[in-house]
Amino acid sequence: MNILIVALGAVVVTMGMALVRAWRGPTVFDRILALNMFGTKTVLLIAVLGFFTGRPDFLDLALLYALLNFIGVIAVLRFSKYGHFQDEDPVRDAERRGV
Amino acid sequence: MTPSTDLLTALILTLLVGTAVAVVRMRGLFPALMLMGIFSLLGASWMLVLDAPDVAFTEAAVGAGVSTILGLTALALTARRAKTSSRKPWPALVIVTITGAALVYGMSDAPGVGDPAAPASKYPVPSYVERTDHDIHIPNVVTAVLASYRGFDTLGETVVIFTAGIAVLALIGGVAVSVRNTGPAGGRAGDGQGGDQPDELARGVEPAA
Repeated sequence: MNILIVALGAVVVTMGMALVRAWRGPTVFDRILALNMFGTKTVLLIAVLGFFTGRPDFLDLALLYALLNFIGVIAVLRFSKYGHFQDEDPVRDAERRGV
Repeated sequence: MTPSTDLLTALILTLLVGTAVAVVRMRGLFPALMLMGIFSLLGASWMLVLDAPDVAFTEAAVGAGVSTILGLTALALTARRAKTSSRKPWPALVIVTITGAALVYGMSDAPGVGDPAAPASKYPVPSYVERTDHDIHIPNVVTAVLASYRGFDTLGETVVIFTAGIAVLALIGGVAVSVRNTGPAGGRAGDGQGGDQPDELARGVEPAA
């Protein structure tokens, strides 16, 4: 049981460190990485907490959080590259170029 | 609630307050959005510690997932930084402090987490727990309450959310049309074809020219 308490504490401390990185920056990618890291720490927290409270079925939730985190980070990265979420549209792009 | 989960709650709440202060003080909108995502994940962790995994998952999906993406979509249409205001928000701070103190005072009358003597645990929960197996033949009581005992309630909620979704699509779809029509090609609205077909354009389908 003690080792689970230590693990919980370590996860929360890491959460705090990721939070500091999201706050201080300085670049966009530091912040995206901090968000991703924070999501991962949440997954770990759920897993450790599940075993700590004797309900390991929380692991399913941890899996869902991992999927959600993955999709969210992909969306944020896509936005930071293209600046929008619109699909590739050959007709519109050709119009914008004046063809 | 054991002492160690109490400590965990205190730690998570401390981080939550720190994140909230950081979001308020942040001028850049993109970093603020990232911090909002972290705020949601922290809130979800806290709800999980309080034994509410379903609420926690909704918070994570809506707060960290959809809200971040909606915020980014809004960010694509607006500036990257918030305007600095010289107005001092002291009255708002006073009002918020009074409201918060009233809420804390009100919470002192509420029953503790998982208290078996709480009114909500006495009626009608035990009858659901006893009758679900016999009535609905499924092991999950929450699902039985949502989908069977209160089935019409759930149907009504779904209809409300569906209607709200249609309304939002109708509103945002109109914006998408006007943004698309102001391209350098000189405005599709004038050709009498694209202007009165907002739903086709909103879906990204080009009208037949």
